[in-house]
Order: sequence, then C-alpha cells, then structure tokens
Amino acid sequence: MGELHIQPKDIVVPGQILATGMDYLPTYDTFRDGDHIIAARVGLVNVDGRLIKLIPLNGRYFPKQGDQVIGRVVDMNFSNWYVDINFANDAVLSSRDTAEFIDRGADLSKIFCHGDYIVAEIAKVTRGTVELNMRGPGFRKLGPGKIIKVNSTKVPRIIGKQGSMITLIKEKTGCKITVGQNGLVWVSGEPAAEIKAIHAINLIEQKAHLEGLTDEVTKFLGAPA
Amino acid sequence: MFKIWNTTAYAAVYGPRELHPKFLQNPETGILRCSYNMIAFSGSGERVRPGGNRRSKEISLVTEKALLPVLDLSQYPNAVIDVFIELIETDAGTRCAGICAAALALADAGIPMKDLPAAISVGIIEDQIIVDIDANEDCDIGAVDVPVCVLPRTGEITLLQMDGITTLDLLKKVIDKAIVATKEVNKIQQEALKKRYQA
Repeated sequence: MGELHIQPKDIVVPGQILATGMDYLPTYDTFRDGDHIIAARVGLVNVDGRLIKLIPLNGRYFPKQGDQVIGRVVDMNFSNWYVDINFANDAVLSSRDTAEFIDRGADLSKIFCHGDYIVAEIAKVTRGTVELNMRGPGFRKLGPGKIIKVNSTKVPRIIGKQGSMITLIKEKTGCKITVGQNGLVWVSGEPAAEIKAIHAINLIEQKAHLEGLTDEVTKFLGAPA
Repeated sequence: MFKIWNTTAYAAVYGPRELHPKFLQNPETGILRCSYNMIAFSGSGERVRPGGNRRSKEISLVTEKALLPVLDLSQYPNAVIDVFIELIETDAGTRCAGICAAALALADAGIPMKDLPAAISVGIIEDQIIVDIDANEDCDIGAVDVPVCVLPRTGEITLLQMDGITTLDLLKKVIDKAIVATKEVNKIQQEALKKRYQA
C-alpha cells in the first residue's frame, strides 16, 4: 500500500520524497526513483486520485504545444521569422503559417519587422526548436500599447478561472489585454487606464499564491484613479 | 545567500539562455557554466587580488562537476545555465559554501533537479575529526581538509577532494561524518527554500 508523505497544497523542494509505493503516479516536475516519487522543482503539490501534481512556483517559461504566446520578432530570412518567446532558443514562424497568403519572394519585413510583437500559437516543440503558427482567431501583430513581463508560472492566476480575472480587469479599466502563456502581457487603452491595469496585473503576480485574490483586485480597481 | 560560520556565499543563476559563442553550444544538451569568485575584501588577512586565478578556475570546475549530476539539461539543447558564485566573507570551506548557495539558487530559478546538493568540508587535526573546518584550524601543520558534496537523498558523493595526508581508515570516518553533516545542511536548505515561498 502506498504512503503519502505530504499534505495537499504543501510547498515542496527538489529532492523531497512525496510518496512511497506504486499506488501513486508521478506527473510533470516529479519523477520516480525506485519506490519513491520525488519532487524536481519548488512548487505546490496536489494529489488528484493516483496522480501527484506539482504546480511550480518559479522558473522560466517552457513551451507547450497549443499555448498562445506573445513574442518579439528578432530576425528573419527568406521564408521564416525568428521570434523571441522568452525561452532559451528563438521560435520559428514560417511564412506559410501566417493568416494570409504570402507570395514567394515577398519582402517579409513588410509584414512583420524587427521589434514587432506578435500573438501566435505554438505549433510544435521538438527538442529545443519551437515552431509557431498564426492561423486562427486572435493571432495577429500587436498594435500600440504596453508590453509587460510577468513570471510565466503566474499566468494562470492572471487569467483566472475561465478568464474571470482578466475579464474583470478589462471591464474595470476598459483596456484591451492579451496574455501570452510565456508571461508577456499586452495592454492597450487610455494612458491612465493602462497604468492601472498594469498595477493590477503586478498585484496579482505578487500575491498569486494567496486566496481571495479576486476580491482584492476588485477593491484595487474599484478605488478612484 | 548561504552562510556557514564565517563563510558567506552569494549565488546567482541566469538562464537557460542561448549560448554564445555558438561553437560552444551542444545540440544534444544544455550546458552548465559556473564561476567562482572571492571578493577582494573577503579574506580575514590580505586583500585578494581581483579577477580569476588558477585556484578560482579549479574551484569553478569542481563546482560544475558537483552540481551537474542533479540537473537534466537535455531539455535545453544549445542553451547554457550560468551560475555565478561570489564569496563576500571567507573562512575556509568556500567551495562547499559556494555549492550549497548554488544549489539553492538553481532550485529558486525553477530548474528541474533530482536532489538538492549539500556540501561541507571536514578536517582532521592531530587525529581529531572536525566538521566545517575554519581557516585557523586549516593552517595547522599536518591538518587535512576534505571538502565533500553529497546528494542527501541517495547519499551519492559528487565532490571529494583532499588536502594533506592521512590514513584510509580516518578518511572513511571523515566521509561518514560529512554525510551526516550534509543531511543537517540539507534540512536548513529545505527550510530556507520553503520559507521563501510561504505567504
């Protein structure tokens, strides 16, 4: 019979034994060594049936297929753009994977130029090379606005359950906001509202691990500017 | 920051990030680069000449080899993780303090690790075993200094060096003591990490 060595929502550190026995299964950022399941990162643990889940509390973004990300175009060649998506290696966006058709030999810098920010989807991750795709709703070049960087592990909190948190900020400030899973957030609106929205997002990032966050953000946004 | 008796080490982790110059990149796995530095005013006696020297290069290398077994960098091909260790106060056992600080910094940077390495230098003076030897004791004639880095969960040793001459029996005892001591160090490391993330 398996034995659990942790309470749900405990903070664990690398090398800590989470469970013993074959009744439990390791998931992301945990691994099995002999009879034990061990944590590989600092995070919060949750037990879901037989699965031991670890929610990391820190670290850089690691790309996952299907993620919506915001990136900056850093380089291009005949048929590709290279996009900085806050990962160790740059992601590749092929000219065939954009929303509209691009003629062969067209000047790619007319479409996306160095320094442009784009919203794209991660199409494929193969050992360090990341491919992007821009076919689909919402994938576009970003217009004027502010880009802020948050820790990518805090992104789920900023979005909230079914987008509740981000909708709240959008409604209260009247800004347009796009959140990338890689921790880049684009905010566009009236200057004062933009600043307010950015402060709200920073507040969420700082207090991401606490409960009752929605109330606090409502209070923060409700106060006169 | 990691402080053990009068030795204080700071460690900073950068990356994983793209490695330049490109010829150093490894397309199979990411690499780890450590840099060990004693700050000019860190010693208890003379001023340390700033910049690298033969000693710091050696310690950077052994630190790298001590930390690498816990990391799986195959997810980050062509990338590098830089670890910078600065000693601001030194009283022997600096490479061990550096490794402990670097282990905490790597965990805090969210890099997947198999274990949290802990290190300690154990010495022998006149057939007596001393855990966490300090500079005064280390300077004794005939003193032996054995820095050991242990992965506390499995008891694997990733760093073992020795200064001085001793017998095999005594060395075995020293290593046993080191394993016990690193378990204590590990507890403190774990507590420090958890405290940082508690509300």
